[in-house]
Amino acid sequence: MLTIKDLYVSVEDKEILKGINLQVNQGEVHAIMGPNGSGKSTLANVIAGRDGYEITEGEISYEGRDLLDMNPEERAREGVFLAFQYPVEIPGVSNASFLKTALNEIRKHRGEEELDAMLFLKYMKEKMKLVGIPESLINRPVNHGFSGGEKKRNEIFQMQVLQPRLAVLDETDSGLDIDALKIVSKGVNSFRSKDNAVIVVTHYQRLLNYIIPDYVHVLVDGRIVKSGSKELAIELEEKGYDWVTNNETQAVTA
Amino acid sequence: MPTEVNNVEELAIKEYKYGFETNIETETIPKGLNEDIIRTISAKKNEPEWMLEWRLKAYRHFITLEEDPRWANITFPKINFQDIIYYAAPKQKPVLNSIDEVDPELLKTFEKLGISLQEQKRLTGVAVDAVFDSVSVTTTFKEELSRLGIIFCSMSEAVKEHPELVKKYLGSVVPYTDNYFATLNSAVFSDGSFCYIPKGVRCPMELSTYFRINTSGTGQFERTLLIADEGGYVSYLEGCTAPVRDENQLHAAVVELIALDNATIKYSTVQNWYPGDVQGKGGVYNFVTKRGACRGVNSKITWTQVETGSAITWKYPSCILQGDNSIGEFYSVAVTNNRQQADTGTKMIHLGKNTRSTIVSKGISAGKGNNSYRGLVRVHKKADNARNFTQCDSLLIGDKCGAHTFPYIEVGNPTAKVEHEATTSKIGDDQLFYLRQRGISQEDAINMIVNGYCKDVFRELPMEFAVEAQKLLGISLEGSVG
Repeated sequence: MLTIKDLYVSVEDKEILKGINLQVNQGEVHAIMGPNGSGKSTLANVIAGRDGYEITEGEISYEGRDLLDMNPEERAREGVFLAFQYPVEIPGVSNASFLKTALNEIRKHRGEEELDAMLFLKYMKEKMKLVGIPESLINRPVNHGFSGGEKKRNEIFQMQVLQPRLAVLDETDSGLDIDALKIVSKGVNSFRSKDNAVIVVTHYQRLLNYIIPDYVHVLVDGRIVKSGSKELAIELEEKGYDWVTNNETQAVTA
Repeated sequence: MPTEVNNVEELAIKEYKYGFETNIETETIPKGLNEDIIRTISAKKNEPEWMLEWRLKAYRHFITLEEDPRWANITFPKINFQDIIYYAAPKQKPVLNSIDEVDPELLKTFEKLGISLQEQKRLTGVAVDAVFDSVSVTTTFKEELSRLGIIFCSMSEAVKEHPELVKKYLGSVVPYTDNYFATLNSAVFSDGSFCYIPKGVRCPMELSTYFRINTSGTGQFERTLLIADEGGYVSYLEGCTAPVRDENQLHAAVVELIALDNATIKYSTVQNWYPGDVQGKGGVYNFVTKRGACRGVNSKITWTQVETGSAITWKYPSCILQGDNSIGEFYSVAVTNNRQQADTGTKMIHLGKNTRSTIVSKGISAGKGNNSYRGLVRVHKKADNARNFTQCDSLLIGDKCGAHTFPYIEVGNPTAKVEHEATTSKIGDDQLFYLRQRGISQEDAINMIVNGYCKDVFRELPMEFAVEAQKLLGISLEGSVG
């Protein structure tokens, strides 16, 4: 579904990603872990198409198409979803009408009929149950005055409504207490299917107790220095990132 | 990254879809301003002597004034008042017995503007007075309204048919000496709407005037007078457009509102005069004086304006809160794109006890537009327990535009409570990206953000016009982000 080949990315002339290779297939959940400043969020943003990142080398193909050639809304319509680390507030625009517009854009793109207000409401209510999101949040302006936890939950709710093919969750666990973490994880797990794929970007292993990944990749200083199964995350938690960094250094010097 | 340009400085040419010109035989008078011109205008309109006298008084005052006011935060070349045609009217029979006698070209023009005057296609629940250049073409639903005692007609007609009301109220809120442009208007005003709501009557439909400037080289100087007698209620809306022209056209209107005891007037404007092109060529100079007097106890006047057009907007719809417990409200969205300039706001003058006022101003600047809020809240010493709340927000799109606020607060009574809140924000790249990441195009994303920002004002507009205003805003900002 997603193939990243030898990707180099700079921000304001500073090289952040230094040769990323990653293959994500349908039905898989990949966790990308790494210390602060390792380039995790950069990778998430580049996949979604945010401005301000210069691709100096490499390519990303998505469903056989050149992802880097598509603007952010095209990517979204093609099924790429980013759950933001810092969801943005849009004053005066209700969560519901925003989501209805977004869903209908995506449906139009897929050649499906747009949902009218009644059908959308019904559809939305089903999804609200899945993520345990209260009605009051739906009618409030997008993320406006939401608590940190509510914002993150709203991201997962949007993912459930829009049903992307590839969901990238950027530090969705940060700032969540344990109860919120469970709710969010439940929302992600019920989304998982053999047809879609999820990339979970996180600093901590904690989230991966709830969202069990198929693969774990450790990103350090712009490179994936280690890949493995879910056990790798546990090992990391025990030994800290220094462990892989040192390993890496040794490997390079050896 | 994709090669798409996200550069907010890159401005596309915005489309002004009302820019067409109607080819119709027009009767105009010679250019220029002097006593003879004023006599001619008055004669064309078959006005009574007292009206002519009033005009002449205004003119004689006008020539003593030195120059148009330059205190606003706008720049424009000197206006040559001798180079303007002060009266232009489509040629037609002097008295029309029915809509069928109106020139079909005129009907077509209004049809194209979305205002059908034909009986079968009229907007339901909205009575329209259609003003083309200097004259009112027709007024719909007149008979239905007159059964309730409501007078809704052109100003010219009111001068002849209801002189006692006109004499009593014309100039009583905006005297002919008020300001440069109001004085000019008093001397040369052409047409406009007149409305009287009798005691205890709630006007069952929206009243509306649609102004259209067509003839090249003319100015439009309309005069509107609305009176809601004790316990009366009226909601009134005005709209306006003009053809695309390279020259600047002057529009200097005066609107006076009078609310007596327990009366309510809602006055909404969707102003969409031609704004000029990207380089700032052409466009209407809109110098307008709008003021409402809450004369009676518990009276209420609400101004709602959506200002998207004009090269220059100079306009301060105000409320004089004379009656005890009277309420004044001002809700405004003003957009400046390309080279447009707006200096707009309100004055709330608290004279009566327990008077309240609310000001919500939303300025939007894009392109090289320059947007200023100018407002005055004055509480006189006898106005016990006066309250004012002002919220004044500016939204910037791109980094070549300007937003300014000039709030003046004068409080002469220690029991007054005056609050002022102001914010300035930019449409953030992160907001745009967030919406686009959900599949919404950049253009739609901007519309969504801007409409959300203006929500507090739009909800004050009558329903169908709120929808219209949202669309208009979309068109006005088209291409404001590359």
